[in-house]
Formats: sequence, structure tokens, C-alpha cells
Amino acid sequence: MQRYVFSRIGQALLVLWLAFTVSFVLLQALPGDAVLIKFLSPELGLSPAQIAEIQAAYGSDTPVILQYFAAIANFVTGNFGYSVHAGVPVSQLLAANLPQTLRLATLGLTLALAIAVALAFLSTLTRFAFLRNALQALPALFISVPTFWLGIMLIQVFSFRLRLIPVINPSELQGLILPTITLAIPISAPLAQILMRNIDAALTQSYVEVARAKGASPAFVLWHHVARNAVLPTLTIAGILLGELLAGAVVTETVFGLNGIGGLTEQAVRSQDTAVLQAIVVLSAVVFVIANLVVDLLYPLFDPRLRTRQEVLA
Amino acid sequence: MNEPLHPQLLSIDRLAISYADGDERRRVVDEVSFDIASGEVVALVGESGSGKSTTAQAIIGLLPEGGRIDSGAIRLNGEAISHWSGKRLAALRGSVISLIPQDPGSSLNPVRTIGAQIGEIFRIHGERDRTAIAARTLDLLDRVGLSEPALRVRQYPHELSGGMKQRVLIAIAIALKPQLIIADEPTSALDVTVQRRVLDLIDEVRRDAGTALLLVTHDLGVAADRADRIVVLQGGRVQEVGVAAELLAHPRSAYARQLLADAPSLNARPTNRQPPVAGADSIVVAGLIQDFAVDRRTAIRAVDDISFTVRRGSTHALVGESGSGKTTTARSIVGFQRPTAGRILIEGTEISSLAGAALRQFRSRIQLVYQNPFSSLDPRQRVIDIVTEPLRNLSSLGPTERRAKAAALLERVGLPEALHMRRPRALSGGQRQRVAIARALVLDPEILVLDEAVSALDVTVQGHVLRLLDELQRERGLTYLFVSHDLAVVRQISDTVSVLQNGRVVESGTVADVFERPQSAYARQLIDAIPGRRSSAHVGQP
Amino acid sequence: MTTIEPTLSLNTHQAARPRGHAQFRRIVRRVQPGLLLSIAVIAIVVLWAIAPGVFATQNPVLGVPVDKLQPPSALHLLGTDALGRDLFARIVHGAVHSLTGAFVAVGVGLVVGTALGVIAGSSRGFVEAAIMRLADVLLSIPALLLMLSIIILLGFGTVNAAIAVGATSIASFARLARSEVVRVRRSDYVEAAFGSGGTFAGVLWRHVLPNSLTSVIAFAALQFGSAILAISTLGFLGYGAPPPTPEWGLLIAEGRNYISTAWWLTTAPGIVVVIVVLAANRISQGLGGHGR
Repeated sequence: MQRYVFSRIGQALLVLWLAFTVSFVLLQALPGDAVLIKFLSPELGLSPAQIAEIQAAYGSDTPVILQYFAAIANFVTGNFGYSVHAGVPVSQLLAANLPQTLRLATLGLTLALAIAVALAFLSTLTRFAFLRNALQALPALFISVPTFWLGIMLIQVFSFRLRLIPVINPSELQGLILPTITLAIPISAPLAQILMRNIDAALTQSYVEVARAKGASPAFVLWHHVARNAVLPTLTIAGILLGELLAGAVVTETVFGLNGIGGLTEQAVRSQDTAVLQAIVVLSAVVFVIANLVVDLLYPLFDPRLRTRQEVLA
Repeated sequence: MNEPLHPQLLSIDRLAISYADGDERRRVVDEVSFDIASGEVVALVGESGSGKSTTAQAIIGLLPEGGRIDSGAIRLNGEAISHWSGKRLAALRGSVISLIPQDPGSSLNPVRTIGAQIGEIFRIHGERDRTAIAARTLDLLDRVGLSEPALRVRQYPHELSGGMKQRVLIAIAIALKPQLIIADEPTSALDVTVQRRVLDLIDEVRRDAGTALLLVTHDLGVAADRADRIVVLQGGRVQEVGVAAELLAHPRSAYARQLLADAPSLNARPTNRQPPVAGADSIVVAGLIQDFAVDRRTAIRAVDDISFTVRRGSTHALVGESGSGKTTTARSIVGFQRPTAGRILIEGTEISSLAGAALRQFRSRIQLVYQNPFSSLDPRQRVIDIVTEPLRNLSSLGPTERRAKAAALLERVGLPEALHMRRPRALSGGQRQRVAIARALVLDPEILVLDEAVSALDVTVQGHVLRLLDELQRERGLTYLFVSHDLAVVRQISDTVSVLQNGRVVESGTVADVFERPQSAYARQLIDAIPGRRSSAHVGQP
Repeated sequence: MTTIEPTLSLNTHQAARPRGHAQFRRIVRRVQPGLLLSIAVIAIVVLWAIAPGVFATQNPVLGVPVDKLQPPSALHLLGTDALGRDLFARIVHGAVHSLTGAFVAVGVGLVVGTALGVIAGSSRGFVEAAIMRLADVLLSIPALLLMLSIIILLGFGTVNAAIAVGATSIASFARLARSEVVRVRRSDYVEAAFGSGGTFAGVLWRHVLPNSLTSVIAFAALQFGSAILAISTLGFLGYGAPPPTPEWGLLIAEGRNYISTAWWLTTAPGIVVVIVVLAANRISQGLGGHGR
């Protein structure tokens, strides 16, 4: 068991290090000198001496490989560099914007889970074929809707047509309703699809027939035999889901003009602020890796088959 | 204990069942009628597509989606239950009619304990007292012969063997002392020796409680051993119903006669095999050892010092249960893996000395036919291309000659020209296996290795393919290595046999010697497990 | 043994005989109306991209300022924008941007990803491990962030956005292609092909590739839908085509300023995107279902 945990943690660290390297190559090494590009602009009218001074201050006059090692050391200690655009440490920007995004992401994920579970289980339990078909078709529709357009449509309908949610100075709660829905719907679609597929697969298993032969009702079978077998594999996409949640936040926060990591990302790309973007990329990789690690380590607690296999290996 | 108010416990009356097939409905059970008396054992025998499982599912009210009873009636103790609501039927299931499913491997929920899955049936039928449930569960496990019941209740299905799982499922089926148990091919997924013990257990628990049994099976031998009466189904219709011994001795319908003739378990030696020609040795295996690495440190020994020789033109069988190493041995012989140790001589050539182009050329001399004709043919190729491909690889023939040779061979194995442009998907299982045989023979090999080559086929189809193999052997002087778990088939078609257990040969010799005078306990056990022996006295020998 | 489907017995070939009308009906039923409709949608959009002038006669770039912000009417099917440009004409002329973008994106992912996957699947050891680990890493970064990183590197623009979108699907294509190649390689018919004297290259070409690429193609169709979504997202954020271009995402972004007065400016292009993506996904489903 211990060996399993350590090897999993080792793999997670490896993926993280590689992700950092990829982002460094993409955002720091290949674009060349972001600082130089910005300050070489003739509008600023800086002298070469001044530019060299600035470069030295940002540490970008050293060879790429040394920058790379310095960057690793800095990231490990929580120093993500300076935002060229805002002129403040990236860590400070992240700290200021993270709580807002976390709140939105938590609400969005909760709603997405609720929608997915409701769709999957209702479509299985309903007696009416037309309702089942309609519920099963919804995820395919959800997945085809651009997130930003969904947000705009919600504003158009609820704020401008129905006037249910004020556009100007909404309360904090009111301000979160539409963004949460916007974020949740595209995330709920793949979840619902996986759940539906797993439920269908579990229903064809012969242990379900055996349970029915014991005299169990459809609801009993769904709860005692299908639910766990269908929900467990869904956990494995937790990491991807959290990543998508962050990406969804970029679009949602842009559409609704919210401050957060998403808005920060959008700004960073617009102003070529590579340090900020790299920090966000690495942050999301950390979230992904931790989520997968947690799922991998917890999975055996829910699935007895894996539990014994590990005991045998350990 | 269930004093019958009505003469029949269960009565099926002109039952018709269909499945939705697009907009149309396809009839799979048609005008089926038979009865089961209290405490009686009735076997429902038929090949795939005969409607036997559908009939059984209809009785317990669990037709798959799209299935519907069109007409007819199912009466339980005189009361028609076929149009009862789901809720009323649910009260019946488990308590009055119960089920022993086909595949124990997938019939227990992998994430719940054995105890929970047995105890559940008491809960569903209204028992609330947890300690009573626990006590009755332990009792049941003991009743079906599982050791250490207290440990078993806490175990999960994957910790039990196939035979143990089937015992758990039998425990569930008898938990509420039902009047009728439906056993749907209860042993077809199990090894032969386990099969027999499980059937014995079902017999025993059923007899004790006076429960009636509907035994659904494709194996006439099993039916012959266990049933009071036999119902023979074909294409959804009843071909014949009769008292078991009578039906087996004097089958009246043509189909029952054919089924009987093709059932290997009921026929000691139908084909008149010539004794092995005193020829040279075609295959020599000496001290073969085959290890598989599990990880860097440990390896599993699948084949542990196996030796045998096969005479040219004869058929040698490798017999054993799953895990005996028979398939591994066969794959080493055709050169798909290198032996860890030992020698394999094919027609005098040491195959482990071959590699690269030499090995490729050598493949024209020995060919393998796989068990599953569904997976051994490329689904995207046409039949004719499948059979021409080996010639493209290894012969100097031009395109038209290749096609002509392949077409002639396909005709020979019984596939008319109309089928040559089809893809495997549009062929039946038997036809696919004929394609596979043609592919193996097109290079004119000297040896054919048949790895469970007829196990996936229905009995009558199996009969046809076995006869074809026999003809081909005589025409072409082929040497066969026949790998099988089915001793009845082996007895029918081989000259010599090696019995394998846990990667070792426990017995070998001529078929007559091994089957009539087995020396090892294991071989005796295997032979005793062949179904159809109890009643073979009734079967007229040709 | 429990299959309800009657297997053909050896000597009866009744399934071989064409059964005229019944068989025809079966073929029609197999091609479901939803799939036909989806193919029609994609066909129309492709025609929009090839010959936009045939479908929309009005100028998509130069508007008539007097006619600005008019609601849908017989003259302007989907209304006009703030510069008096016909929205329908702009959507029709925008098709070429979304479609070429999606084609470039899927092309990049399909070619690079499949090549990597096939190499990984047909080799063993270090090469396979290196490729698959790289795919893991790419998958650990959310697609949108990876796109943005690549756009920072390449700069804004239609083609750059398309390449960025394509790059994010490389890892998925590689994984799928590898697992398919590995699945097919393990199958009995591949072993049988080696057993009948096939060479490595011959078997790979004749059996492994044709059988593993079916699901890769179906996945490409699915990626086509999500590529259109991603490209419109990048266009909306302003990282794609520059303003006068009638790219669909950009249309929605421009319409945003008139959200309270001109609902059609955001609604119509969005619905077009949804319909095209739905159609592409439906076709992908059809491809996948028939391949197996």
C-alpha cells in the first residue's frame, strides 16, 4: 500500500514538473524576451542602458537554461515572478483573484453535478419513453452550446426581457446566479453522458437480473446495485473536470465582467503578460494533478477489487 | 410440503413471444406448451436461437427490453401470471420462483459483499430483523457447501472462484424455499469438474426441499443425466416433449434425432477412426517450459516440463481445464512465443532456432485455427481476401491463380461461391469457422493446431465441422493437434491424448487407454465429469 | 447460448437472399432522419463557405448606415447590425472562416496526434513511454489555457487560432490512436495474419491501420464540432480574426453591445453555431456506430 502511494505521488510530481517545463518552453523560452518586446517599443523612448537595467531587474538577461532553473526554484517557493502589465508580483494578483473564482467554481461544480445526476437518474427511472428520449438528448445539446453565447443569452432573457435580475448593481447573490448557470451547463453535459452510459452498462450486467429475480423493485436495483457501479468510474474524470471548470471561468468571467482568475487570464493574453499566464497554467496543472492523485488514492476505498490487488502487490 | 391443489405447478400454454426489431416484431418463441409438476425436473434443450432462454425469462417475468408476450398463458398453480403487473410479479420472484443464472462471474455485484447480496433477498421480502438475516445467511452458505461461512459473508465476489460464486447464487435461489427454480445454463461458464459438482449440489438441495427445477441447457448429456422430462426446442418451437429416458432411446422428431447424433457426450465413438498409422513423428515436444513475467521480479510458470510426440497423420489432443497450460503449449508449438526451456521439433525442424524470414517461411507448414471465429477474421476483409492473404505472403502464385486456389478450397470446406464476396459479419459462426479452416489450409500445411476450434459452436454445427475436419485429414494426410476442454469431443476425434493439469502432463496415451483405464485420479475425475454417462445405457449405440 | 438472435445454421442461407422491399426498408431505417438532417446542415454550410454569393447577395462588409439595427424582415432575413450590414449575409460569409479554421484545427490534431499514437502503439518501450507521458502532460493543462499559451506564442489571427485549437487535441488523438492500435494488435486476426506469413509492415498496413482508424475518424468528426466551438470562443475573446471579418464568434462579440436593443445580433449567429456543432456531433456518432 505504501509503495503504491509513493509511486502515485512520484508520478504526480513528474507530470507537474513536465507541465511546468512545457509551459516554460511555450511562454518563456520560445517567445524570447517579453520584457524586451515591451520596452523596446519606440513609444517609451527608453535608452539601451535603461533597457539593460530593466532586463537585469527582471532577470531576463541571463541564459534561458539558468532562467529555467531560477524559475523552478521560484515556483517551488511560491514566487511566480512579476506581472509586466500590472507591475506587481504575480502571487499578489493570484491571491486577490482566487477567492472570487473559487466561489464561482464551487457553485458551478455543485450545480453541474446536480444537473448531471438528475438527468441520468430521471431518464433511467421514468416510464415514459418520450421523456427518457428528451432527457437523454439534453447533454448532446448542452455540449454544443458555446459557453459565452449561453451567458449572453441568459443575460438577454433574464435581465433584459424578463427583468428578473438587474443589470446594474445586482446584489452579490443575484450577480452569481447567471454566471453559475453559464459555467455549470457545459460542465454537466459530459458528466451526464458518462453517468448515463455507466448506468446503461450496469443495467445490462447479469447481477442486475439476479437482483430482479430476487424480487427487487427497479428503484431498489438502481439504488443498491447500479448507482455505485455507475458513479465510481465518473470519479476518474474529476481532474479533467476541474480543469474545464477553470477554463469555463475564463469565458464566464469575461462575459459577466467579473474579477477573478478568468478575467486575469483574459487580460494576460491581451497584454502578452506571459508570467501571469504561466502561473495560471501551472496552477491549473497542480489542480489537475492533485485531483487525480486524490481520486487514485481514494478509489480503492470504494472499489473492493482494487483494494485486494494492492494488498497483493504491497 | 407444497401439496398441489392443481396437478401442475407450472403450465405453459401456447406461449408466443416476440422482440422488437426496428418497426417490426420478430417471433422468437412460438406456440410453446409444456408443464412442470411439483418437484419435477424438466430440461429445456435447444441450440442458440431456439428460444429456450427467452421462455425461461418470460416465466420469471424478466424479458429483456423489447420482448413481449404476444399470446398464450403462463399458469402458476393454476393462476395465469403472464399479465400480472410488475409489482405483483416482484412479490413472486425469489419467493415462489427463483433463478440460477448462467454466468456466475458477472452475476454478483462486484462492489458488495457476499453477505449483503444473500441477506438482501430476505430484506426485499419483508424481513427486518438484522440478526435473523445474518443467521439465515450463514446457514445458507453452510447449506451450499462453502467452507468458513463467517469469512465468506465479508468477502467480495472477486475473492471467490467461479464454482464458489455459483454456490452463492444457488444459496440465493433456495433462500426462500421457492416452489420452482429456473437454472439457465447454470454451468456452461465453469470448468468440467466444477460443472458436475455444481449440478450435483443443485440436485441435492432441490430434492431435499421438493422443489421443481426448469433446467435450461444446450447439452443433451446434462439433460439426460438430470431431468425427468425433456422439452426439445428449435427455432422457437417445441420439437418434442417426453420422459427423458424414452426420448433419448427413441427420439421421434428428426431434430431430436440429429441433436442426439451430434451430441458428443452421448456418443462414445461415432466416427470410425483408423488406428494411428505407424509413421514418423510430426511433432516432438520435449521438456517444454514456458514462463510469463508478471513484473521484474516474479514470473508465472504456465507450462512446466511438458513432453509428448504426435505421429504424422494422427490427431493428438491436449486436454485440460482453464489454467492447465494447454493453449500456451499450442501457441509455443506454432511459434508465437519462444520457449523458456525445452525443445519443439516440427517435422524435424527445431522451431526455436528460427527467426525472421526463416520463421515466416516455416509458417506455411503449421497453422493455427482459433477458438473464436468472430475475432479471428478481420471484419473489414472479404472472405475470398482472407483466404488469399497467406498465398500473397508466402507463395509465388500470381493473383488469378491465388484466387482460384482460395475459391476452390472455400468450396471444399462447404462455402459456396455466393458467400466469397461477403464480410465475416454476414456469416454464421459455423461458416466463419469454415473460413478460418480454409485460411489455415490454403498454404498446404502439414500440421493444423486447433485451439478449442469447435467449442464456440452449436452442437449440430459442431458435428458438421468435426466431420469436415475428419474428411480433410484423410484427404490431405494432415496431423492435428486438438486443444480442448471438452473430453467428449476429444474422445470422438482423437487418436492419442495428453491430459494437462497446472502446466504438467498428468496422463497420456491412446484415447482408448486413457478413457477406459485412466491411471491418474485427475483424469478419472475429468472423465467422470462428462455428462450423459448416467443415462448412456439408454442410448442406442450405432 | 442465450442470444435471442437466431444464428444461421449451416445449410440455410436465407439471410443471404435479398428480400426486396423489407431489405430496402431496413436500409432506410438504418440511415436515421436525424443523421440525414445533420448531413444536410453540414452540406449547406460547406456550400456557404464555397459560394457565399449564391446564398446572400448583400455585402457582408459594407453596410447601408441608414438601415442600421433593423429587426429581421423580408429584406433582411436576420436583421442588420449597427453599421447597417445584413446579418444573414455576414453569417453566410463567415462560414468560410469557421469551417477552414475547424478543418485546419482537426487536420493538425488528426495528422500529428494519430502519427504519434500509431508510432507509440506499434513500438514498445522508451518511445511509447515518452510519447504517452507527453500526452499526459498536455492533457493536464486545460484546453483553453493551452490554446491561449500557444496564441501568445504565435500571435492573434485566424490561422494561429486554428493551430492552437488543433494543438490541444493532439494528445487526445494520440491516446485514442494508440489504444486502438494496441487493441487491434492484440486481436486474433492480427496474430493470424502474422501466423500466415505476414510481415510487420504488411500486417500494419493491411489489418492494424484500417481497423484502428475507424474510431479515430469518428473522433475527428467529433473534434470538428468542438473545434468550431473553440474557434468561435477565441473569436469572441478577440484572439482570432480581426474585426471587419464576419467570423461567427466575433459577430456575437460585436452584437453584445446592442444586447438590450437588437437581440437578433447575438441570438442568430449563436443558433447557427449550435446547429452546426450538433450536426457534426451527430455525424460523428453515426460514423462511430457503423465502424464497429
